[in-house]
Amino acid sequence: MSEPKQKKIEVSNLRLSYGQKEVIHGISFDIRQSEIFAIIGPAQSAKSSLLKCINRTIDFVPGAKVRGGIKVDGQDVSKMKNVYELRRKIGMVAPLPVGLPLSIYDNVAFAPRAAGMRTKAALDTLVERCLTQAALWDEVKDRLDSLGTKLSGGQQQRLTIARALSHSPEVLCLDEFSIAIDPVTTMRIEEVLKQLREKITIILVTNLVQQARRLADRTMFLWNGEIVELGTNDVMFSDKPASRQTYEYVNGIFG
Amino acid sequence: MAALFTETAATRRKRLTERLAQATFGLMALALVVPLVTIVAYLFVQAWPLLSWEFLTSNPIDGMRRGGIWSAFLGTIYLVTVSLCVSAPIGVLAAVYLNEYAEDNWLTRMINLAVVNLAGVPSIVHALFGLGAFVLFAGVGRSIIAASLTLAIMTLPVIIASTKESLASVPRSFREACWNVGATRWQTIRRIVLPNSVSGILTGVILQVSRTAGETAPIMFTGAVFFKKIPEGDVFAYSLTDQCMALSMHLYTVTTQVTNAPHALPYAIAVALLGTVLVVNALSIGTRVYLRSRKKW
Repeated sequence: MSEPKQKKIEVSNLRLSYGQKEVIHGISFDIRQSEIFAIIGPAQSAKSSLLKCINRTIDFVPGAKVRGGIKVDGQDVSKMKNVYELRRKIGMVAPLPVGLPLSIYDNVAFAPRAAGMRTKAALDTLVERCLTQAALWDEVKDRLDSLGTKLSGGQQQRLTIARALSHSPEVLCLDEFSIAIDPVTTMRIEEVLKQLREKITIILVTNLVQQARRLADRTMFLWNGEIVELGTNDVMFSDKPASRQTYEYVNGIFG
Repeated sequence: MAALFTETAATRRKRLTERLAQATFGLMALALVVPLVTIVAYLFVQAWPLLSWEFLTSNPIDGMRRGGIWSAFLGTIYLVTVSLCVSAPIGVLAAVYLNEYAEDNWLTRMINLAVVNLAGVPSIVHALFGLGAFVLFAGVGRSIIAASLTLAIMTLPVIIASTKESLASVPRSFREACWNVGATRWQTIRRIVLPNSVSGILTGVILQVSRTAGETAPIMFTGAVFFKKIPEGDVFAYSLTDQCMALSMHLYTVTTQVTNAPHALPYAIAVALLGTVLVVNALSIGTRVYLRSRKKW
């Protein structure tokens, strides 16, 4: 039994609506420092919207209204003046790989440059470190100048992860990262995540129940914008989770 | 298996329908080219006796019955250049605002509606507006600047629309990826959106050259004159406050006002007008091909 960890993200009574339609109905939970926190649930459970609330890219969605509080490191995100700093603190990996139409090097150097880093040597080191962490360095080190968009799907997804790591985030959110890539690449990335958990907090949104079981410390089952159950993996994936629905979803009886 | 290789009545009918559809659509596409080719060929044949370098570089003389079109040609170049210098930056920046920054509220909707409606205003109405606003109210008088501003207002909504379309063709996922790593909207626009939409934006702007060069009504009241003599061969012969001749207007006056003009003259003017536009369009296509070849996704 490890000592209780510090709270990294605290969500309290969070409600999100798009126009008239409420999609998150007042949920509360904590994510602790350096854990892998999985969020499972069927489509339309507002899993991705939840992530957008955390890094406040929900601001870019017309008609979205957030109520309730999200704190990152004890600070209320809705009151933050420097959202760019917040977003750099939170790495985000989208479901479909997005290689920006830039060279592989520039893809990874994009965020540090946007934050004002200009020295070539520092950028070089950073690009190599991030690509190595994302298990992509060996495949692309000889062609860093070629376009990120020309890589294969699996490579682009690792490039996306490298880009998310490039601003040295303290939290890494992965939204269905394995949806567009093959099982072998998925396993490679899962290995990467296991190494990263030492240093950073990982939020793993996934449709693959088994992936959550393999990787996470705790898992939250979200359904229709409400938490059905949140618990450690040994409870969630046991024969007796608190909720019958959890048992049925995890075991493929429903959902 | 045999069914795969035998033709039934139903499959024969399908095959014939398919062929008929293809032929019809193909014919229509061909029909597009016919008028264009006919017009160009007819103009060239009729204009042939007059076409020469001197025709382009000498002023009209003898009540416009002889000489060339220099002052009109240069006037058109001035009008097009000045008006695009005004409308392109304003149009592109406005479109960036509307597509990248503006929230969906009543103000934005009203601006968009205004843009669409402005595009539908007939050119003669623009002419009257230009006369009232620039020539009389602003007091610049009938001049190249007044005519160019009138043309600029006419092309502005089209430039805004085409630019918005080019910007919208850059996938939203690119923008989201940038926002996610803490880039501002401007950084996203500067590094990702603009570099990947610039070919479309340029094409949209350059296509307005032909429209600007061809319009007669908006410049007739605001700055174009029947006749003006300028130093031949001097490209800086006009100043912005001068009135000028223009090819479109010249073509109109030569055909309707000048008696005993040589038969080939209006055709030659038309060829010059068309040629100018085609040269600019060719440049635009060249740019587009070049930028497309560097397209990155």
